[in-house]
Amino acid sequence: MTADVSTIADDRMVEAGFLKKVLTRPEFGSIIGAVAVFAFFSIVTENFFSVNAISAYLNPAATLGIMSVAVALLMIGGEFDLSAGALIGGLGITMAILTTSADLPVWLAMLLSLVLAISVGLFNGIMVIKTKLPSFIVTLGTFFILQGAGLGFVRLITGQTTIYLSEELATSNVAKLIFASTPIGGIRIPVVFWIAITALATFLLLRSRYGNWIFSVGGNAASARAVGVPVNRVKIALFINVSVSAWLVAMFNTFRFESAQIGTGVGSEFEFIIAAVIGGCLLTGGYGSAIGASIGALIFEMVRQGLAFARWEADWFKLFLGVMLLLAALLNQWVRSRARRAMS
Amino acid sequence: MTYLIEADSVSKRFGNVVALKDVSAQVQAGEVTCILGDNGAGKSTLIKILCGLYQPDGGTYSVDGKPVQFSSPRDALEAGIATVYQDLAMVPLMAVWRNFFLGSELEKGVPPFRRIDVAKAKRTVVDELGKMGIFIRDPEQEVGTLSGGERQSVAIARAVYFGARVLILDEPTAALGVKQAGVVLRYVLEAKKRGLGVILITHNPHHAYPVGDHFVILRRGEVYGDYRKEDLPLEQLVQMMAGGADLELLHHELEEAAQTTGDEDLAQAASDFANEAADATGHGHDDAT
Ligand SMILES: Nc1ncnc2c1ncn2[C@@H]1O[C@H](COP(=O)(O)OP(=O)(O)OP(=O)(O)O)[C@@H](O)[C@H]1O
Ligand SMILES: [Mg+2]
Repeated sequence: MTADVSTIADDRMVEAGFLKKVLTRPEFGSIIGAVAVFAFFSIVTENFFSVNAISAYLNPAATLGIMSVAVALLMIGGEFDLSAGALIGGLGITMAILTTSADLPVWLAMLLSLVLAISVGLFNGIMVIKTKLPSFIVTLGTFFILQGAGLGFVRLITGQTTIYLSEELATSNVAKLIFASTPIGGIRIPVVFWIAITALATFLLLRSRYGNWIFSVGGNAASARAVGVPVNRVKIALFINVSVSAWLVAMFNTFRFESAQIGTGVGSEFEFIIAAVIGGCLLTGGYGSAIGASIGALIFEMVRQGLAFARWEADWFKLFLGVMLLLAALLNQWVRSRARRAMS
Repeated sequence: MTYLIEADSVSKRFGNVVALKDVSAQVQAGEVTCILGDNGAGKSTLIKILCGLYQPDGGTYSVDGKPVQFSSPRDALEAGIATVYQDLAMVPLMAVWRNFFLGSELEKGVPPFRRIDVAKAKRTVVDELGKMGIFIRDPEQEVGTLSGGERQSVAIARAVYFGARVLILDEPTAALGVKQAGVVLRYVLEAKKRGLGVILITHNPHHAYPVGDHFVILRRGEVYGDYRKEDLPLEQLVQMMAGGADLELLHHELEEAAQTTGDEDLAQAASDFANEAADATGHGHDDAT
């Protein structure tokens, strides 16, 4: 009887074509976009694929990509974080001040900075869940608090806006050696983290139960709750994940530049969101991709560097960005509705 | 006598709205308790307490005679209580197989390589839906692209699959065709035969009567009547529910379902129902004229 049923089922099941599977992946548009951008700059500039050029866009794409992947996960979970950019600057400067003004050992300063990161993520998450306010508003508040408090305290303590690491920290410390290393050619360590994080996030999203939970809390939180998904915990974890990623990026920046500057990262919160959207995230939640967000970040930096290589004004970058964003959003919508019609 | 699950004088308020007031209901192993009532009577609120989604403001909820406090549907599922919600609790943008196992994912491997067993999950979904006579084209299909009835079938198949001891169905036949509605009633009878307790919510007495053992009628958040089937002729149930004229139609529905599924219990229920329905209709006409 059971065997009977399953053979009927198999007969009736039409294997979805490979092409359709590719077309309906959320990152599909971003792959096309990346190829197009790469081809374009390979034609208009010379040696866009030289090692120098590649590291010129891979290195910044790595830190942007690490953030975009975290923001993409949060967006799939149905929330935004506008405080992520300002947090990067705040965490870097916290670490730097603790090693200089407070004279703490570097590992302790890093740890305290990490604790601050987790607290901010926790704060964002709990505020969003308890107040039921849109995360857009809550994290906009956090953004201003971080920016204001950062400037205020740093000026109060040091009277400066840039904190330089000590000689020892800037040259020979283990942390410096790890966080500012350049393992392959001109390729810096963040690139390694970026690739690993993207792979991990993709596995998490598509093959672990936590991935199922993330899609469900963004797609329909009430339904998710009704079948036993711990909706609040998932959302809070996603906020914390964004802040911890901001901490990682802050450490990369601070050790690389041997200093931390207040204001670093402010404004980049929108770049994270744009990269995630180019990578296929829906602004309404419940849909998106980690690989897509990484490709979005890559497109971003290829354009930024490509314009520099072509010796065009950097002004064009914003124009390009706006067009990219709109195209990506339209493509997402189009591919999704087309795939739906094809399936039904 | 301990019940599988029992709500004892539970109350629930939403602000000023008293959704439930001192409501008691229970289900025994191998029995079907039907909860009936008009729109807004509080049926869904009661089952949301039973499935752990709401906590009662007053009264006690016991499982196997022991008071429990479920803080989420997870707790209820772990106690073997599975629910089909009236709004189905599906995530439209997610694949059928992901929805089916959402919150109770089928995993394999050891940490940190623990992962979803995709092939097995998909196979299970296709099989379980096949048993209901629903053949989905592809378990990767998004739930949002299914028809209303298919979606409802997925929700029911999911609850039947996970409901180890108690099955709660909130208006499970609302969007279903004759055949699938028959299948659902057959599932209810099968679950009962396997010794599960079933709570079936409906505002239609003609759906409830053929399968129910025990009837709780809610009106405006309070228990209006509580009967065993022996003490309650269909006629009286219909009267209490007021209205509901399309008896003949429903009888046909059941009979057809019994034929297509070839289920004897259902055929028996249909013929019982036919006799009683005839009486009730007669009575109904008297009342109306
Ligand atoms: N979350 C809520 N907040 C406020 N009021 C609610 C809430 N849930 C239910 N109610 C109210 O409680 C009452 C009972 O609702 P409930 O959904 O339990 O009715 P029902 O018997 O399931 O009705 P139906 O047959 O239409 O499904 C209604 O008056 C409803 O407006
Ligand atoms: Mg209801």
